[in-house]
Amino acid sequence: MSMIEVKELELGYENRTILKNLSFSVNEGEYLCIVGENGSGKSTLMKTLLGLQKPVGGEIILGDGLRKNEIGYLPQQTIVQKDFPASVREIVLSGCQARCGLRPFYNREEKQLAEKNMERMGITKYAKRCYRDLSGGQQQRVLLARALCATRKILLLDEPVSGLDPVVTAEMYELIESLNKEGITIIMISHDISAAVCYASHILHIGKKIFFGTREEYMRSDTGKLFITREESAEDV
Amino acid sequence: MFDKLWEYLQFPFVRYALIVGILIALCSSLLGVTLVLKRFSFIGDGLSHVAFGAMAIASVANLTNQMIIVMPITVISAVLLLRTGQNSRIKGDAAIAMISVGALAFGYLLMNIFSTSSNLSGDVCSTLFGSTSMLTLRLSDVIVCAVISFIVIGVFLFFYNKIFAVTFDESFASAVGTRTKSYNLLLAIIIAVVIVTAMKLVGSLMISALIIFPALSAMRLFRSFKAVTVFSVILSVVCAVVGMVISILAGTPVGSTIVAVDVAAFLLCTVSGAVVSAVK
Ligand SMILES: Nc1ncnc2c1ncn2[C@@H]1O[C@H](COP(=O)(O)OP(=O)(O)O)[C@@H](O)[C@H]1O
Ligand SMILES: [Mg+2]
Repeated sequence: MSMIEVKELELGYENRTILKNLSFSVNEGEYLCIVGENGSGKSTLMKTLLGLQKPVGGEIILGDGLRKNEIGYLPQQTIVQKDFPASVREIVLSGCQARCGLRPFYNREEKQLAEKNMERMGITKYAKRCYRDLSGGQQQRVLLARALCATRKILLLDEPVSGLDPVVTAEMYELIESLNKEGITIIMISHDISAAVCYASHILHIGKKIFFGTREEYMRSDTGKLFITREESAEDV
Repeated sequence: MFDKLWEYLQFPFVRYALIVGILIALCSSLLGVTLVLKRFSFIGDGLSHVAFGAMAIASVANLTNQMIIVMPITVISAVLLLRTGQNSRIKGDAAIAMISVGALAFGYLLMNIFSTSSNLSGDVCSTLFGSTSMLTLRLSDVIVCAVISFIVIGVFLFFYNKIFAVTFDESFASAVGTRTKSYNLLLAIIIAVVIVTAMKLVGSLMISALIIFPALSAMRLFRSFKAVTVFSVILSVVCAVVGMVISILAGTPVGSTIVAVDVAAFLLCTVSGAVVSAVK
């Protein structure tokens, strides 16, 4: 059984439908990249998968014993976060939230988990620093460490490299790939198609035409060819 | 000067006023950070006007215990305002403006038509700007205020980590299974309770100042949520005490003196924050 199975999903806000007839599935250990133009509904799809909003139609089935509090999420950055007074350690710890239930304070195990994930992301030396004083790449590592505190199984990432310079972007992709190799399932939104075809095992392309399949199938498909060449010519300009 | 202060402290009502003032300052500053960062401050403002309207109803009805009416009305409004505020920002803002101005007008009208008091403008003025009733507190008022404060502080401490998570990143919190809706509701209710309690001290027009200034000041100087929260509580209590002492000695109105001290502290923190970051 798949970890997440999506059947005939229809997405939208209030009465406006953005996307219809979406079906795909994600198995354990896979690396799914969601691509598509701006405004095509990628973030909306991710929020629907996370249960932050209701689907207009269709269904999402969580399988393999995946519970809702076992999902790690890296949201697209919001303005509120940018001027928030919070130390790196406070933020990473807040990823353990779901484990606490009603217990008011974090226990030792959770604190160790937070330390371990800061270590893993190479941000231990910033533990006491303020989040808003860090660079974009460091901030993303903090949020990734937080997401890792919430899950051992699956990470959903919404444009994790937007606004980062090429070197940091490459580092970020390496980091995500290494997590995938450790066995964590990845679902990542990106409009960087070249990275998608480089790292992902599966591609979901949404837009006027919907494509879902493995990376190889995508590169052979019409949608894929069209998008890849368009991307390349855009980069040449 | 100290002699004079000492002399005043011999009166129980002065001691009651100080205790209540400290408790209120403590509670109201706890939620300041959350209020500012969650863009909830507009709710705080709207609620204080609603509380004024409710107060008008209570005083027209000649209730001895006005809290019985004011508290439920304000709490219910907090819940309703939170709902509208979440649907869409612009519509929510308009709704809040309507409710708060409406409540203000309605409250004044009620007091004008039905009031039996000979000093109407005095009544209105003290509801809006805080009143001398601070100096007519009885022991039972002090006890009620202490109980409310301990509940607020207890709830805040118990849910501290949740409040942090929900304030910092609501969608993450909700994605990993935190019940953000319930916590938002809880926050709205605490805000309403704090506002109603704080009305005694500074009046309904200046409550937002009492809630927001200490948090803004602390954010100029500190960079972790814990440090900001702790410092804003300390600052708020210090400002309240200083303000009350000044007002006792100089005979100025309590509420506005406290808010003036808060503003001064904010300016001080802004300057020292700027100096510190320039030195770095
Ligand atoms: N909260 C919202 N309410 C109504 N419409 C929205 C909302 N958020 C996004 N949209 C619309 O949904 C569409 C898809 O948005 P989004 O999922 O953010 O796209 P992407 O992430 O692919 O750039 C856009 O047309 C956008 O205008
Ligand atoms: Mg998006």
